[in-house]
Amino acid sequence: METVGQIRVPPVSKLAAWRRINLQWMIVGICVAMVAYLALMPLGFLIWQSFFTPQTATKAAKFTLDNYATAYTSVETLRLLGSSLHFAVGSASGAFVIGTALAWMNERTNTPFKSVFFALSIVPLIIPGILFTIAWILLGSPKIGILNLLLQNWFSTDYVFFNVYSMWGMIWVDALGSSPLAFLLMTAAFRSMDPSLEESAMMSGASIPQIAWRITLKLTWPAIFGTLLILFVLALEAFEVPALLGLPVGIQVFTSAIYQAIHQYPSKIGLASSYAVTLLLITTVGIYFQSRLSSQGSKYSTVTGKGFRPRALDLGKWRYLTAAIFIVYFALIVVLPFLVLIWSSLQKFYSVPSMAALQNLTFDNYKFMLNYPTLARSVGNSAMLAFGSATIIMLVTSVICWIVVKTKMPGRWALDNLASLPLVFPGLVLGLAIMVFYLNFDIGVYGTIWILLIAYVTRFLPYGLRANTTSMLQIHKELEESAAMSGASWGSTFWRILLPLLKPGLLAGWIYIMIVSIRELGTSILLYSPGTEVISIMIWELWENGQYVELSALGVMFIIALFVLVMVAQLVGKKYGVKEA
Amino acid sequence: MLSVKKLYTEYPNDRGEVVKAAQDISFEVPEGKLFTLLGPSGCGKTTTLRSIAGLERPKSGEITVAGTAVYSSDKNIFIQPNKRNFGMVFQSYAIWPHMNVFQNTSFPLDVGSRKFSKKEIEERVMRVLTTVGLDEFAGREATKMSGGQQQRLALARALVMEPKLLLLDEPLSNLDAKLRERMRFELKRMQRELGLTTLYVTHDQSEALALSHEIAVMSAGHIVQIGSPRDIYERPSNKFVADFVGLTNFLDAMVEAPEANNSGYRVNSTIGQLSVTSFDRLGKGDSVLISVRPEDVELTEQRPDGPNVIEGKVDFKVFLGEYLDYQIKVGEHQVLARAHTSVKVAVGTTVYLRMNPEKCITIQNNL
Repeated sequence: METVGQIRVPPVSKLAAWRRINLQWMIVGICVAMVAYLALMPLGFLIWQSFFTPQTATKAAKFTLDNYATAYTSVETLRLLGSSLHFAVGSASGAFVIGTALAWMNERTNTPFKSVFFALSIVPLIIPGILFTIAWILLGSPKIGILNLLLQNWFSTDYVFFNVYSMWGMIWVDALGSSPLAFLLMTAAFRSMDPSLEESAMMSGASIPQIAWRITLKLTWPAIFGTLLILFVLALEAFEVPALLGLPVGIQVFTSAIYQAIHQYPSKIGLASSYAVTLLLITTVGIYFQSRLSSQGSKYSTVTGKGFRPRALDLGKWRYLTAAIFIVYFALIVVLPFLVLIWSSLQKFYSVPSMAALQNLTFDNYKFMLNYPTLARSVGNSAMLAFGSATIIMLVTSVICWIVVKTKMPGRWALDNLASLPLVFPGLVLGLAIMVFYLNFDIGVYGTIWILLIAYVTRFLPYGLRANTTSMLQIHKELEESAAMSGASWGSTFWRILLPLLKPGLLAGWIYIMIVSIRELGTSILLYSPGTEVISIMIWELWENGQYVELSALGVMFIIALFVLVMVAQLVGKKYGVKEA
Repeated sequence: MLSVKKLYTEYPNDRGEVVKAAQDISFEVPEGKLFTLLGPSGCGKTTTLRSIAGLERPKSGEITVAGTAVYSSDKNIFIQPNKRNFGMVFQSYAIWPHMNVFQNTSFPLDVGSRKFSKKEIEERVMRVLTTVGLDEFAGREATKMSGGQQQRLALARALVMEPKLLLLDEPLSNLDAKLRERMRFELKRMQRELGLTTLYVTHDQSEALALSHEIAVMSAGHIVQIGSPRDIYERPSNKFVADFVGLTNFLDAMVEAPEANNSGYRVNSTIGQLSVTSFDRLGKGDSVLISVRPEDVELTEQRPDGPNVIEGKVDFKVFLGEYLDYQIKVGEHQVLARAHTSVKVAVGTTVYLRMNPEKCITIQNNL
């Protein structure tokens, strides 16, 4: 289709045509320029900064290799790399094993109540990482952890059963935290597999382990490897767990090291940048292989589009065991953390559940939090940022997607990659890059809420792109062409045909970005300033102040509010979603 | 009315090679006529249609409608599709799922450059919906319609803007066989009643024969023959047309002599001596190809009188409901004959084939 590539103007309607083309190119131009600016500027400056000394009032920035020299000649860095990889590999494999086992049980066995379980699988995604980590500190800390104290009480010993303040504790909490994602990814992989492939193996006389090993595993191999890579990159990028569990006992990974380099006096932005560039290199390699894998996936493509579900494996009596595993898992990931937050939110001072403590239940913390001076502002900031970034992202990426999917514009693959580029940025690194950029280029956004909006839009741009690409691909090009034949201009086609048809995808992506924006901590923590706090920052500050019980009250309200938001959003989505053609 | 001159289109394929989609396409469609582009998939018919619609930009050539150029490479004119005022029915119908029947139909009036009042829009939409028989479904969800109804809705949407030209891109190919035949009649009736100049694209030869005033058969980016349905069927100008439009028997032959009494020739074919009709001048010793349609091969058990009678043996027969197909073995060659079901000849028996010399056509063997 060359309607986009070249447009010649007939002399008769010169002015009108010029205006129309202008609108189309203006919107396309603004979107492309915005994406390019957001994706490239911070990255460029991060790399630039890593080669310079920090600029101060008395000294100008000078070129230096010292940052890298410091970063790469010390044994410390080797240890940092070692512990980062240890943490990331451990967390990724842990989450993968949990998620895959659950996905298999859910998709391929006759475990009772599995549909209920699948519906519940969205709940853990709602709990913000920082609250999940804090809840697990309250559960598994050697001194105050409820699990330890209860078990010590029962067995009358001083033995520490769980210690979350350790590498294995960090891996445990982070793996649990990302296991729902592994579950969803592997569920999708199992679902997209044509069951007849397994059935024909069975008809050929293969046993169940043989089928699992030689057919199922081999066919899901790209999905397995892709999932592992995503989990690995996510664990490398994780900030909450290493900062809250690792730093107090001196275990550093890249993200927490970057945070410490900035939050010491004088702050070592150059060193932080060189750590950040290193981390960025690793995540880039991970994301690159992951995208290669998913684009190669068509070779392994096993999607048949047929609606039938595979025959569920009859587990016999074992199905009660698998059901029990589901329940235990759900307890570990949602019920226990949430209950411990509720419990601590009702206490005057943090204490272990006991009859005595039951007497002291109080709602004072809730009253305290609701009267907290910065609460209203933080909630307002979070809501405005979430709403703003989700709306901007979905609209901009719908145009970007249209260019990538529907036109033959030269260089559109570059645009796709550009908009996906922020994927490689760990939240903290993106925060650092944006901080460095706007410190050097003072256009008046540093220290305001706009810098957070810019950061959120940049960070979650790829999510919007994915959500829109999926639905854009499903829109038959004749739906657009028939609008053109009906006399509609590009603008009215986009507004009246494409956007309404994209609505389900737009809405889903919009809700998702709202949720991840509200939960966001790693980027915000480097960019907020008094007056622009968001809720997750408030929780972080309360934790630093040791106000655990007040924090718990805020956390409980936060989780309930997020849950209500998701439920309402789903209802709205169902009501206003477009019926399938 | 519609005039296409020396249209040439090429585009790069996935591997970057240049594909010549349509080459040297020229034809005229008079006012009020239905013109069909017929050909197998990949022959360039859809590219030609989309070029006329303005959805694709050709490399060179000229397209004029009612004397106004909508595309001309010489004068550097390319009018955007949304300014051409052509109605188009897409193969997938492209019914917008987020609008109901009325909204789908009124869309061209809402977005067009001409502004209509609300009342006018309602009048026009209801009139066109009545024409296609969907007036009682105006408020219905477009996705709740059956295939045939969606097809009529797509037609209504194309007609509501009172287009200068109606473009139909395989509009019947998504329907089941029964419905397709019914819609074929409806489409023909509506086109003839409205007198709308129509360009129709299909790969289905029976559709083309049934609907068209004139057909252009396309192959590999070229138009290979333009003619009335009867011309195309009875006087194919080359092997491709004879083969693509309907079933036929091809027989290699050598010209022996002109017939004394008519315009025909006597030839020596692979199944014996035949008297044939030719539209070209042939000389003795020329090698030609003879085309005989299976329905023009008459079968009898007793040797009939007259010319062009060949003896053969029934090799195989297939019952197809309305008729029977017989494979007849003549020497080393197979001849297909299509007979009424009342003709009953057992496999293995000797039969006589009679072919009317007027129905045995010589064609040039160059394609």
